[in-house]
Amino acid sequence: MCLSLPARVIAIEGDMAEVSVGGAVFRAGLQMVDDVAVGDYVLLHAGFAIEKLKEEDALETLRLLKEMDDSLSE
Amino acid sequence: MKYVDEFRNKRHIARLAALIAKEATSDYTFMEVCGGHTASIHRFGIPSLLPPQIRLISGPGCPVCVTAARYIDTLVALASGEGITIALFGDLMRVPGTHQTPGEAKADGGDVRVVLSAYEALELARSNPGRKIIFSAIGFETTAPGTAVTMIQADREGLANFFVLNAHKVMPPAMETILKDGAQIDGFICPGHVAVITGSSAFEFIPQRYGLACVVTGFEPTDILSAVLMLVRQVNSHKPSVEIQYRRAVSVEGNVRAQGYLSEVFEPGEVEWRGLGVIPSGGMQIRDRYRRLDAASAFSVEIPETIHANGCICGDILRGVRRPPDCDLFASACTPDHPEGACMVSDEGSCNTWYKYHSHE
Ligand code: SF4
Repeated sequence: MCLSLPARVIAIEGDMAEVSVGGAVFRAGLQMVDDVAVGDYVLLHAGFAIEKLKEEDALETLRLLKEMDDSLSE
Repeated sequence: MKYVDEFRNKRHIARLAALIAKEATSDYTFMEVCGGHTASIHRFGIPSLLPPQIRLISGPGCPVCVTAARYIDTLVALASGEGITIALFGDLMRVPGTHQTPGEAKADGGDVRVVLSAYEALELARSNPGRKIIFSAIGFETTAPGTAVTMIQADREGLANFFVLNAHKVMPPAMETILKDGAQIDGFICPGHVAVITGSSAFEFIPQRYGLACVVTGFEPTDILSAVLMLVRQVNSHKPSVEIQYRRAVSVEGNVRAQGYLSEVFEPGEVEWRGLGVIPSGGMQIRDRYRRLDAASAFSVEIPETIHANGCICGDILRGVRRPPDCDLFASACTPDHPEGACMVSDEGSCNTWYKYHSHE
């Protein structure tokens, strides 16, 4: 039950969104997140979007991993 | 996300493992307190990627596992009440109480229904005005804001038939309890999704008061390995702090909106944790303003004396003192199909995870 998964917002109506987790569609309450738009990724937990996932930060983490790889292969 | 695969990139995983092996110059024990981490660690075979001097042990971070038998007994007793419907998360159905699981109470004629969210329980109340719907509210800071939002909504609508049997819990005091009990660890893999709500600042007391390393991390293999590397580096440099590896979801201050809902509805209170006992400020108590929705005040039930003795050592496992294979019942009398203890029921429970990934080794 404690699982929180990245989910893509596919439709919004008021405080409710439809989100997709790998193709499976769930409903998510949007009361805890600001400025969510269709196409954004949120963390879905027990029927609520608990946070918007920050794409820049995800890419930054991946960049650091890649940098580590490159520095070790030299 | 499109790039989620990159967090499972084999090359990154191998590099991180090599760096850890190189920098881990002494013995380290790190505790992950989130059941989601326990599940990921075993699913992705993380222990096999780590050098033997690094030990990962599980803590009390599976909400189903730390739900007290007394709470289950209360749910079971309520389920037999006239006109009452219990709405609960599916994992709870098979958690043993003293005499019955909620699933067995259902088989005996109780109206027990599985919901995916607090909101679904609210919808049951709206569409069944003749029944009293009691939502079983378990979970940590990650789950509790959803309960709070739902209670605020029920209050606004003036719904007279929606109630909450609250056992929400707060993670940092449980971590402190474990440290005070003398857990021998060098650092924590802090619970990523609790931290989404609380912010990483909730764990600052750990390096400050206990001098232990802390990293808040995500649930992919590169997240967990990065966290282990960061922990090793903190220990090696004797500079414990709270670092955030999981920046895509976690900030220092956390989700302020969600915190607002929490403090609107709840105040700190004590609660019983299975295995750890009663922890002051380890729970959330419903404020007077919302007491009308509190099933514990609205219904009085007689429950039998709670009995724990069946040989289950979940309590020790949740405190990181023993491991699932140390239990005599593990994989013999106790399996996921016939769980004797809560740790075997949930997908995030240590015994369940060990059974799935190690029992045939
Ligand atoms: S194996 Fe079963 S009985 Fe033993 S500690 Fe785990 S849940 Fe309890």
